[in-house]
Amino acid sequence: MNKIKSLDDLRQLREGMQAKIKLRESGDNAENIVRIKVAMSTCGIASGAKEIMTYLMDELEQHSIEAVVSQTGCMGYCFAEPTIEVTLPGKDPIVFGDVDKYRAAEIIEKYIIHNELVDGILPANYRTIDN
Amino acid sequence: MADYKMHLLVCGGTGCKASESEQIRDNLLAEVENHDLTDEVQVVMTGCFGFCEKGPIVKVLPDNTFYVQVKPEDAVTIVEEHLVKGRQVNHLLYRDPENDKPVSDSKHMDFYKKQVRIALRNCGFINPENIDEYIARDGYAALAKCLSEQTPQEVIDEIKRSGQRGRGGGGFPTGLKWEITSKSVADQKYVVCNADEGDPGAFMDRSILEGDPHSVIEAMAICGYCTGSSKGLVYIRAEYPLAIQRLKTAITQAREYGLLGEKIFGTPFCFDITLRYGAGAFVCGEETALIHSMEGLRGEPTFKPPFPSESGYLGKPTTVNNVETLASIPVIINKGAGFFSSIGTEKSKGTKVFALAGKINNVGLIEVPMGTTLREVIFDIGGGIKGGKKFKAVQTGGPSGGCLTNSFLDTPIDYDNLISAGSMMGSGGMIVMDEDDCMVSIAKFYLEFTLDESCGKCTPCRIGNKRLFEMLDKITKGLGNEEDLTRLRTLCKVIKDTSLCGLGQTSPNPILSTLDNFFDEYLAHVRDHKCPAGQCKSLVKYTINNDKCTGCTLCFRNCPVGAITGEKRSPHYIDNSICIKCGVCYDKCKFDAVSVS
Ligand SMILES: Cc1cc2nc3c(=O)[nH]c(=O)nc-3n(C[C@H](O)[C@H](O)[C@H](O)COP(=O)(O)O)c2cc1C
Ligand code: SF4
Ligand code: SF4
Repeated sequence: MNKIKSLDDLRQLREGMQAKIKLRESGDNAENIVRIKVAMSTCGIASGAKEIMTYLMDELEQHSIEAVVSQTGCMGYCFAEPTIEVTLPGKDPIVFGDVDKYRAAEIIEKYIIHNELVDGILPANYRTIDN
Repeated sequence: MADYKMHLLVCGGTGCKASESEQIRDNLLAEVENHDLTDEVQVVMTGCFGFCEKGPIVKVLPDNTFYVQVKPEDAVTIVEEHLVKGRQVNHLLYRDPENDKPVSDSKHMDFYKKQVRIALRNCGFINPENIDEYIARDGYAALAKCLSEQTPQEVIDEIKRSGQRGRGGGGFPTGLKWEITSKSVADQKYVVCNADEGDPGAFMDRSILEGDPHSVIEAMAICGYCTGSSKGLVYIRAEYPLAIQRLKTAITQAREYGLLGEKIFGTPFCFDITLRYGAGAFVCGEETALIHSMEGLRGEPTFKPPFPSESGYLGKPTTVNNVETLASIPVIINKGAGFFSSIGTEKSKGTKVFALAGKINNVGLIEVPMGTTLREVIFDIGGGIKGGKKFKAVQTGGPSGGCLTNSFLDTPIDYDNLISAGSMMGSGGMIVMDEDDCMVSIAKFYLEFTLDESCGKCTPCRIGNKRLFEMLDKITKGLGNEEDLTRLRTLCKVIKDTSLCGLGQTSPNPILSTLDNFFDEYLAHVRDHKCPAGQCKSLVKYTINNDKCTGCTLCFRNCPVGAITGEKRSPHYIDNSICIKCGVCYDKCKFDAVSVS
């Protein structure tokens, strides 16, 4: 890893990273990139988020779906852990709650492959400071 | 295969379900079928929208139309008008309470602005174990800006202008605290992050460290620059293994990038961070006790002044700040003091994170602007009370706070309003209670906690709290009298006035506020020896109603202690000298013949 020695170094790294993240989020060149975030905080992990993450990765690979599965912090929906956020190319992110293996399979099968929603979506109810 | 163009989301939260949202879904499904739209429109049941006051809710995607107070018969109109003709159903749209205009896109509804995320801005958004993602979200830009463009005093002035006050409970102005440390002269100074988080029910600091550790690291470095400290310490409880691991990873990554260590951003500024583990004592969250604990001494508070900013860790000037306080600092630098101070009330700026717990539908972590009302937090964001029960009270400020009742629901939440309402902000735990909770037992629960956590240094706190607990215990067992209530009050006041640290000074608050707000309940316990909520086991009596009892013997067979007697097909009786009040007979009886009083 190169050291960041100046403001310019940081800016460069940030721009590079922003481009990368954007690419992942909107998936504008790769039509099929699905982005999934698994909330891996203490409450998430306690309710099985780790297993779900591995399961999702395995299943997606089985279906040859190109996807980025990453971990993130608490989304605040502790009453419905494990929660995952799925962003399909060109769509708004959708949060699913109480995801067990059965539901994970259903989400892949129905939402990711066929764009059908499944029960138990958690509506976003907050605003971030960048918009 | 169906390729859905539209989705109808129907709220499936408890509140909406109680108002027939299942029927609405079924009707919508039927209508969609009637119009041959099953291949294009999908109807889905969702989790609670949190907007229960206006439920049941139906939301249409992709255009984000938000219909409120929908009735099962409205399904026809929604399908015919909106789905078939593409016209919104005006009378079902949510109306802006201020100008009564319908709001068609839910993204413009105030409700979605109720939560604003500053401290939690990256939680649930970035991968906390990847520094690059933090950098992509403007991470370390605030540190770079401070080091390359501003003097320490300029940064301190910016923080002062923002109006930021400490989120650890006390609400001390952060900029001022930094200024005091920066003006103290010493060969070494320290920055300490207080991640002890001991309030029962509070987990905001843990979530920030788990979800966005770099924001805390960056802020500590900024604090180091402002105050002239090169060493940072995080005091974190050992019971937070995941937070510790994420923090360690983050520190390593920051070092690899040269964002911690020597000559940061090519400037002479050096800063590094080490972790210190606490054993999880509540009193060690108090800053002087915390410092003693880090020095290897007993975790006991000492008298202030001197304040840590003048003489702290190893006798050197030390800035102690809470995790959430620190997490907001980079935003203040990046977006400016004006941005931060534009949010909130006159004397409390910015946002506050609350951990919602207890009898509430949406248990979880929320962040709202200061000045949001309790009603908005509990009913709009929190989705109301579990199981459609009645709201009774909410405890803020944990064991140091008090309970707030119905009459405070519309009070804007900020430091000063909560104090004048007899409670306090504390670290942000909010425990919601419903009609089934006994307020005397709640006060007893908090007292038991303080009793365990008192360090024992001061007599009033060590012995006084024990006596308070014993009196409460007596009352919940039906052995108290009215004089006990007066004695409770007097002793509370003595403990408040004569304890050394915040723990003792605030420990009687749960009793005082329940005495003030629920005096009737105390009276019922001591005068009539009854617990109105039916929680205090010793005061509860199970009886079998002769008229309803069919003599089925079910209770007789299930009672674990043989307290029930009676012949088959004739009424049964409970011997109250044997009964242990387990409630089994009450649960088992199919004829509603067992009653509790
Ligand atoms: C009994 C007691 C417990 C405390 N526990 C905590 C705690 O867990 N976390 C915390 O940040 N502050 C806690 N405080 C407040 C700290 O003493 C101190 O005021 C705070 O860490 C300062 O940071 P701030 O200005 O950023 O709020 C506690 C205070 C008392 C009296
Ligand atoms: S008030 Fe209680 S916790 Fe605080 S120093 Fe005294 S004995 Fe210890
Ligand atoms: S409450 Fe329990 S112990 Fe008492 S009579 Fe009923 S079953 Fe027996």
